[in-house]
Amino acid sequence: MAKPEEVKYTKTHEYVLPGAEATVGISDHAQHEMGDVVFVELPKVGQKLEKEKPCAVVESVKSAFDIYAPVSGEVTAVNDAVTGEPALLNQSPLEKGWLFKLKPSNPGEADALMDWAAYQEFVKQAAH
Amino acid sequence: MSTATTIRRTALNETMRKYGGKMVDFHGWELPIEFSGILKEHEAVRKSAGIFDVSHMGQVFVTGADAFKLLQRTNANDLRKATPGKGVYSHVTNENAGLVDDIIAFCLAPDRYLVIVNATTSTKDYEWFKAQGARMHVKVENRSDDFSMVAVQGPNVPKMFEEFAPEALKLPRFGIVEKDIFGEHCYVSRTGYTGEDGFEVTAPHKIIVQVWEKMMELGKPYGIIPCGLGARDTLRLESGYLLYGSDVDDVHTTYESGYGWVVCLDKGDFIGRQVLVDQKANGVKRRLTGVTLTGGVPRTGCKVFMDGKEIGELNSATYSPTLKKGIGVGYMTPPNLKPGTPLEVEIRGRRVKAEAAAVPFHKGTAFSKTLYTGK
Repeated sequence: MAKPEEVKYTKTHEYVLPGAEATVGISDHAQHEMGDVVFVELPKVGQKLEKEKPCAVVESVKSAFDIYAPVSGEVTAVNDAVTGEPALLNQSPLEKGWLFKLKPSNPGEADALMDWAAYQEFVKQAAH
Repeated sequence: MSTATTIRRTALNETMRKYGGKMVDFHGWELPIEFSGILKEHEAVRKSAGIFDVSHMGQVFVTGADAFKLLQRTNANDLRKATPGKGVYSHVTNENAGLVDDIIAFCLAPDRYLVIVNATTSTKDYEWFKAQGARMHVKVENRSDDFSMVAVQGPNVPKMFEEFAPEALKLPRFGIVEKDIFGEHCYVSRTGYTGEDGFEVTAPHKIIVQVWEKMMELGKPYGIIPCGLGARDTLRLESGYLLYGSDVDDVHTTYESGYGWVVCLDKGDFIGRQVLVDQKANGVKRRLTGVTLTGGVPRTGCKVFMDGKEIGELNSATYSPTLKKGIGVGYMTPPNLKPGTPLEVEIRGRRVKAEAAAVPFHKGTAFSKTLYTGK
């Protein structure tokens, strides 16, 4: 399982665990802000995603949220468990509640994202 | 969005924060959207007990020899049903039979009524009543700023009131009793916006925190939790209750909203009656219709299709925690869709399979014929 310190974060609150097959999900902060997640729409395996373009949707009771691809690449796996049990996104965003995996087309892209410390600072700033 | 200078806070604001309420701007009022989570709060109310700050709701007092006359003239429902100690849910209608507001009018005495009005419409309602009663022997007072209000809702709530207000247990649905609580004159009614049995306590600001804390203490054995606007909305929509400003407004009529039972044409004249007489005779062209679906979460504004043709859009829609599917209501033409009729709802540009459904979507304990009356 990923630790919050091992993943990189976007300004739109997705995370990516970098690697040859990178794992994508939403941050713990994001799930907390969304509230109870009740529906998840994922991309398809084989789909090519472009960095910062919408690629999935997470719906809480309150509202729908677009999920943006943190890096470009081809989807290699999707987490069917979260479509059946969307609450996993609230309970375990970094472990059981990941959304999909992809093969990054430009591995350097993740380096530009925020690390844990920078993301925490970003969230703190946004609260003001 | 209201600015920081105009936002209004209820007397329970600090208490809401203390209990972890996520505060939002709700039509200019700072209120909690949720505490522990909408699903958990929703379930607490359906299964046991939940408590809400509804202090944004308004109170208009109508008193004097013509109090009944004024309310009878401005309401589609028959105020004769509201004998002392009872209230009626009603629609205040304009000349075109659109809704000035949907309200509960409580008869405290033959010449004294308490009208509970919506937050966003309290000033409009007050002015409407005042204008309509200008030449009557009646006093109309908007006392919305003088009162706070707490809604305690759920099947176990009556048991909490055994000690707190035993006289309230004898109340029928929509009954009301005046009672001194913590030394202040208060109103306890068997009403709510959740579809469950329960009470609403209207009290002066200075004791409302005490009332809240007392409820938390009495509700502890039943696992009472504070609930926010999020759960209030999912609970009311499952119950088919209207939200003024979304489902009904100055334009749509009571018959169109599917609340025909509110209209009493035989009670004598009232504002907008002729329009309703015509609609009763000729039928309506559109009607607020329920829709359910499982392939997503419908939202306000989603378009609805039948046989590929657009037939309306959703005025209110959400995820139903009880039914575990999407629910919504919207004005549809044709107006008489049978439950089960196949439809489609457009969610983010994609048409999702749906069907017409009976409203209420779910009937909680508030709909039951027998209510708890005490040990």
